[in-house]
Amino acid sequence: MSALILSGITKSFGTTPVLKGIDMEIGNGEFTVLVGPSGCGKSTLLNIVAGLEPPTGGTVRIGGRVVNDVPPKDRNIAMVFQTYALYPSMTVRQNITFGLECRNVPRHEREAAVTRVAALLQIETLLDRKPSQLSGGQRQRVAMGRALVRDPLLFLFDEPLSNLDAKLRVEMRLEIKQLHQRIRSTIVYVTHDQIEAMTMATRIAVMHQGEVQQFADPDTVYNRPANLFVARFMGAPPMNTLAARIEAGTAGVRAVIGQGEAAVSLPLPAARAALAGREVVLGLRPECIAEADRRFGQDGERVTLDLPVEMTEPTGAETIVLARLGGERALARVSPDIRLQPGDRGRFALDMRRVCLFDPGSGALIA
Amino acid sequence: MPDTMPAWGRLLAHVVVWGLGVAFLVPFLVVVLNSLRTAQEIAQGSMIGWPESWAFANYAEAWSKFCVAQNCTGLQPFMWNSAAVTIPATIVSTLLGAIAGYAISLWRFRGDAWIFGIVTLGIFLPQQMRLIPWTFVLRDIGLINTLTGLVVIHTIQGMSFTTLFCRNYYVSIPQDLIKAARIDGAGFFRTFFRIVLPLSPPILIVTVIWQFTHIWNEFLYGVTFTNGSQQPVTAALIGLNAAVADVPQYGVQSAAVVLAALPTLLVYLFGGKYFLRGLTAGAVK
Repeated sequence: MSALILSGITKSFGTTPVLKGIDMEIGNGEFTVLVGPSGCGKSTLLNIVAGLEPPTGGTVRIGGRVVNDVPPKDRNIAMVFQTYALYPSMTVRQNITFGLECRNVPRHEREAAVTRVAALLQIETLLDRKPSQLSGGQRQRVAMGRALVRDPLLFLFDEPLSNLDAKLRVEMRLEIKQLHQRIRSTIVYVTHDQIEAMTMATRIAVMHQGEVQQFADPDTVYNRPANLFVARFMGAPPMNTLAARIEAGTAGVRAVIGQGEAAVSLPLPAARAALAGREVVLGLRPECIAEADRRFGQDGERVTLDLPVEMTEPTGAETIVLARLGGERALARVSPDIRLQPGDRGRFALDMRRVCLFDPGSGALIA
Repeated sequence: MPDTMPAWGRLLAHVVVWGLGVAFLVPFLVVVLNSLRTAQEIAQGSMIGWPESWAFANYAEAWSKFCVAQNCTGLQPFMWNSAAVTIPATIVSTLLGAIAGYAISLWRFRGDAWIFGIVTLGIFLPQQMRLIPWTFVLRDIGLINTLTGLVVIHTIQGMSFTTLFCRNYYVSIPQDLIKAARIDGAGFFRTFFRIVLPLSPPILIVTVIWQFTHIWNEFLYGVTFTNGSQQPVTAALIGLNAAVADVPQYGVQSAAVVLAALPTLLVYLFGGKYFLRGLTAGAVK
């Protein structure tokens, strides 16, 4: 049974369309991340699932039941907010049990539930404090405790980590993922951070301008992005997207980037011959451009090239190199031992197995 | 900024501030001093002077013996009248204003801006304009010349201010709190009493002080809609003035004025700092 089915969800604020027909089916136990730039409609979609906002059109099914006219409290959901939204005048214990109290759960059951959740989240010592006496990370835990205590069918997370500092965010990311693996709950998680999406999701829905651009597992979204928007949004640094044309000749099928002397010709699998003569956008992840002696798996589809280096960004674990590929800017990720200077020509290896080709007009992935 | 102010400017500021302070305080000081002087002393000398002997008896007389329009009960019953009007009207108008402000700011509904506009319009309508409508209303519901009638008037009219105050305070409460409460299953009133009201003391103190002061000091409705034993103290003070026939009892009259002003003075002295703090809360972010 699917935990959540969205069919044809639309939403307009006045005459401004915010969601333009969202269809999505989320199975039990899945960790789905809605990711996209701000204003893409992801939070609005989450609010519609929660029942905090009505959709303009379409149906929301939770646990097989149409819930369009069901108030939030009866939808069998729990939600964690970006601002945590802890009730300031209540203690941690009262915050966690407020939902149970509203549902007239007897006191001893509430106590048992709070004990279970506090142990799960390791907040036993905080139960009698007020939210104002907690750190950001502790508030975050309490907010999750409030959601976990009711054991709902669906957990909704609205950018829960974006108010935390970078270090804590990484820790909480791991914890939420572990929590999911332990309790196997169904989670819909909204974020603008593509790293959160990649690291936690079992499936990612990339949203842009009120539409789902791609809804697939993280591996597919990363390696086979459905279009140029997804290719450029996911990954940091993002995928290199270079204008190219496909030529088929005696040297096999090749993608040619740039004009004249600067032009670079890269071999493509023979199967791409059907595209011969077409202008395309060639997508290659920065990690597919590395130092010359790098081996990419067992595959022989490796090309080495000399490229002019424009700038380097050492991050410690690796160095990001801004190079010119056929006259166009491309980012490479090389080992930190490779010391390149701006103005040098460096030798790079390209992993051609992972080339994506996009239609320059529609932006859609064609090969 | 104060450092850039030239010395003469600072001097001027001090002169103006002190001048205003004295201008406001001198009349009150004269009344307080006169309330401690005997009638003879005032009659022989001037209205302005230091008490020769402290005539505390003026207060006892003003409180329980002095005659108001042939009714020699002193100010006491009228003070209770004022309290009986002010206290319930303050509490009820504050509570209703808080609920209205909460509904308008945190439970957005169709037409909420219009309702807010209409409710706060009451602040800008002159009191005199509302006298005749109130006369009809009080007559029709049979509350002319009753304290209950005054409570009704002050409660309803006070809601313009209390709604404005509370709404402006509540808009700073994050919407997420209300969303969380809705998901937790709390309804309109449970959310109000459990989540919003506990956050409200700063604004409730402001509205209570404001309402208390205004209702206690209100004169026009008191004198228009009540007479005799039903009058609030502000209206009764006039009768006290009119009752003076032979020797002007300035001492007792002054004591009566001080007594009538005492509750609002005390409220301001004890709550003033909250009041100023609350009024500017949220003004500077």
